[in-house]
Parts: sequence; C-alpha cells; structure tokens
Amino acid sequence: MTKPKVAFYWCASCGGCEEAVVDLGEDLLAVAELVEIAFWPVALDFKRQDVEALEDGELAAAFINGAVRTSEQEEMARLLRRKSAAVVAFGSCAILGGVPGLANLYESQDILDTAYREAPSVQNDDGTLPAEESRVAGGTLTLPAFSASVRTLDQVIDVDYYLPGCPPPTGLITSAVTALVGGKLPEKGTVLAPDVALCSECPRAATKPDKLLVTAFRRPHQQLIDPDLCLLAQGLICLGPATRAGCAAACPGGNMPCTGCMGPTSGVVDYGAKALSAIASLLDADGEDEVTARVAEIADPVGTFYRYSLPASLLHRRVRPAARHEEEEVAP
Amino acid sequence: MSEHQFQPKIVAFFCTWCTYTAADLTGISRLTYAPNVRVIRLMCSGRVDPQFVLAAFHHGADGVLIGGCHPGDCHYQEGNYKARRRIELLRAVLRDLGVEDQRLRLEWISASEGEKVQRVCNEMTEELRKLGPLRLERPQHQAAALAGEA
Repeated sequence: MTKPKVAFYWCASCGGCEEAVVDLGEDLLAVAELVEIAFWPVALDFKRQDVEALEDGELAAAFINGAVRTSEQEEMARLLRRKSAAVVAFGSCAILGGVPGLANLYESQDILDTAYREAPSVQNDDGTLPAEESRVAGGTLTLPAFSASVRTLDQVIDVDYYLPGCPPPTGLITSAVTALVGGKLPEKGTVLAPDVALCSECPRAATKPDKLLVTAFRRPHQQLIDPDLCLLAQGLICLGPATRAGCAAACPGGNMPCTGCMGPTSGVVDYGAKALSAIASLLDADGEDEVTARVAEIADPVGTFYRYSLPASLLHRRVRPAARHEEEEVAP
Repeated sequence: MSEHQFQPKIVAFFCTWCTYTAADLTGISRLTYAPNVRVIRLMCSGRVDPQFVLAAFHHGADGVLIGGCHPGDCHYQEGNYKARRRIELLRAVLRDLGVEDQRLRLEWISASEGEKVQRVCNEMTEELRKLGPLRLERPQHQAAALAGEA
C-alpha cells in the first residue's frame, strides 16, 4: 500500500510553525511512518519542480503556515492547492493573518523605507530598496512582488481545514494528521480544535469572580502576578474569554495573559471586535470621563485585540486616506 | 440636495425604549431629517455588538449612529453603560485603523426628544458629507462568507 503524500510549506511566518512540527519529537517518527513527506522545504531538500511534477490532487494534504504577502507565496499556495486533496491552514498567520498581519497598519512603501532605510542598524547610503528587477553585471535579478496588504490563506485559495495556534499545540497537530491520513475527514471548514473558550481549560478558572469588574488595567511588567488568581481579576488583559481553547492554557499557566492566538470560537466573524467587547464589559466605569480614562490605559488597542487577526477582520487593514486611494487608482 | 453631492450612508442602531420611540415622535411631529440614515431597531443599545458596527462599515456604511436611553434611564438598568464602554474602546481601535471619530457616534436620546433625532441625524449627515466616503479594501471572500451566514 502506498502511503498518502503530504506537504508542508511556509509563507509569511516566523518558522515557529515548522518548529512545532519538529516539536512532535518521537511522535514525528510515527507520523513519518503513516505518510510520505513529498515537500517540506524547511527540513528536506525538495524543489518547486517536485511539486509541479505531481498529479493534480495527488497530495493527501498540504499544511500551509504563514500569511500571504508576496507573489511567490501566492503562487506556491495556488500550486499546492491544485496538487492537494485537502489544504490545512496551519497556525494563526495562515488562518487570521497573525503577527505579520499587523503590517496592515502601514503602507507597503513605509514598511520598506523603515526596514531598508530608516532602521538605526541599517547603513544604506544609496537608499536602495528591494526591487522586483535589478540589472547587475551578468544579467537581471528578480524578487517576488511585495503586495499592498497581508492576506490570510483563505483570502487567496480555498482552504479545507484550520489548525489554530501560534504555533498549533503538538497534540492538535498529531490528531489532525492522524485524522486526515486515516481518512476520518471532518466537515469542510472545520477548525481542528475544541469549540469552547479558553477559560474552560484554564487552571485559574476556579478563581474567576462571578462578577468581574476591572478598576484599572495593568500590563504584565507593571506588577507581580499572582500565579493562581484569574488574570482578569488582577487587571491584566487576558483574552481567554474570547479565545478558542486547545492549548491547555499554556500562557495563563506560565503566568502570562492569553493574547488570543487560537482565534475565535465558531460563530464569531471578527475576533478583535468580540475580544474588545468582552474586555470593555468588565470595565468598572460608568461616567464618560472614567470610561475614557480606562480605555486610555490600554496600550496599543489594535495590537492588543487584533494581534493575530487584523487581515481576517472586517476592516482588513488600516483605512487609507482618500488622497492616497486616488493616486493608486490612476497608477498602472 | 444636488445630484452630484456625496450622500453618506449611515446605519443607526436605536434602542426600542428611548431612541426608536423618539424617532417615531420625530415622524409624528412631522419633523423632516436627512434620508441618509437607515434605522435598525434593537431592544437596547447594550445589544450593539462591536461586530455590528464593523459589519456595517464592511457592507458600505460611511457612518454608524447608536442611540440609547440617557444614563440612569436604561430599561435594563445598565445596557447603555455597557454600550458606552464598548463603543469607547471600539473607537480607540478604529482611530488606530484610520477610521475618523465622526464616523461612529453614540447619542443618548430619550423618547420625548424627537427634535434631537432630527438634529443628530442632520448633523452627522453633514459631517460625513464633508469627510467623504469610507473606502475600505475588502478581500472578496469575506463579503461572500458574510452573505452566507445571513
């Protein structure tokens, strides 16, 4: 019997998702027994041509992590889609846009200027920026195009399953791979993690007050954190109530508030809106001035509530000023 | 109103006990106001999920108006306070996302304040007309996903 073929690929991501696969440890050997790895550029020597040589749909599953920012990532996502029976969006970036998705707060030109011209550690006297084509002695060099916004994987290709987390917890990875290669396919669109809020598996859940009111928001470095008490009750913005379970509350267990990497439970369209709604409801403030003061205590509201989900949100990115729009419309 | 003038679309969420009743009074009193406002009646301003506001923007609204009972007058005791907290935090998020403050307005309008509905709707329409349309970039799939859920 031939083993089902699988592929792993990365787009705009940090490599942590690949690390999570390696973190399977000895279980990785069991996975390798079940499947034939047909493509995994970060760990094994395969080339794009190896994927192109496959029949359409020949891969049982492609696990793609990372958001989509460049033309190369988009091409590879489309290629893997064509060659795969099932595509799994692997990790927060592929599903929601992830931390790289916060780049949607800025214009692509500003990002390039900051990274290549203005960063204090950069010496670039000519102000050279990466270009899609550069003529050098001996020929022309090319780079993939840098798109105007970060997109989630399912804003680019059709996605069958979602495996959330930053990175996905190893237990969820093992059960997802086993289910997929074992032919136990869940309904298309399924998020391969429990559909309950994180508080349900948090070791601090018992200490969550029945009526929770926050009189002042504090950040983790501003106080000694009680290791047993509900973090919200300590004035820390813990997004557990708005976030999907499945990570065994790793962050609250490690004395840090949940930042929402597992994304929303089902039925939520916009994670950040739901998360800010949950937190706002806890504010112990009635008067307008009090409410404004509490809100001002929240540093970087977008980075707090949309840390992993700005590209997937209803607004998708920072709204461009009207003038910039018009410039773009006339540009070719 | 000239044909070429920009006509902002405003989605209004009015609580049934105060602001919606006030809007009825506006009509009964034969007060006219800008036709740019589309009113959605909810039981309470506390029912306004921030997702509703973003969905309105996503579907093409240029502004969102929320009307509830005055502080202390909520039919459900504290729904309007919850609305105030949520909307202020949402406003902080929207500001960082480049959405101007004027596009999201929270007003307390009691059942007897028909003329306030008229004034607020007219003011907001005028402000948004000056501000121009909200131009969002929406990846195609999301519009389809939202439509599918409806």
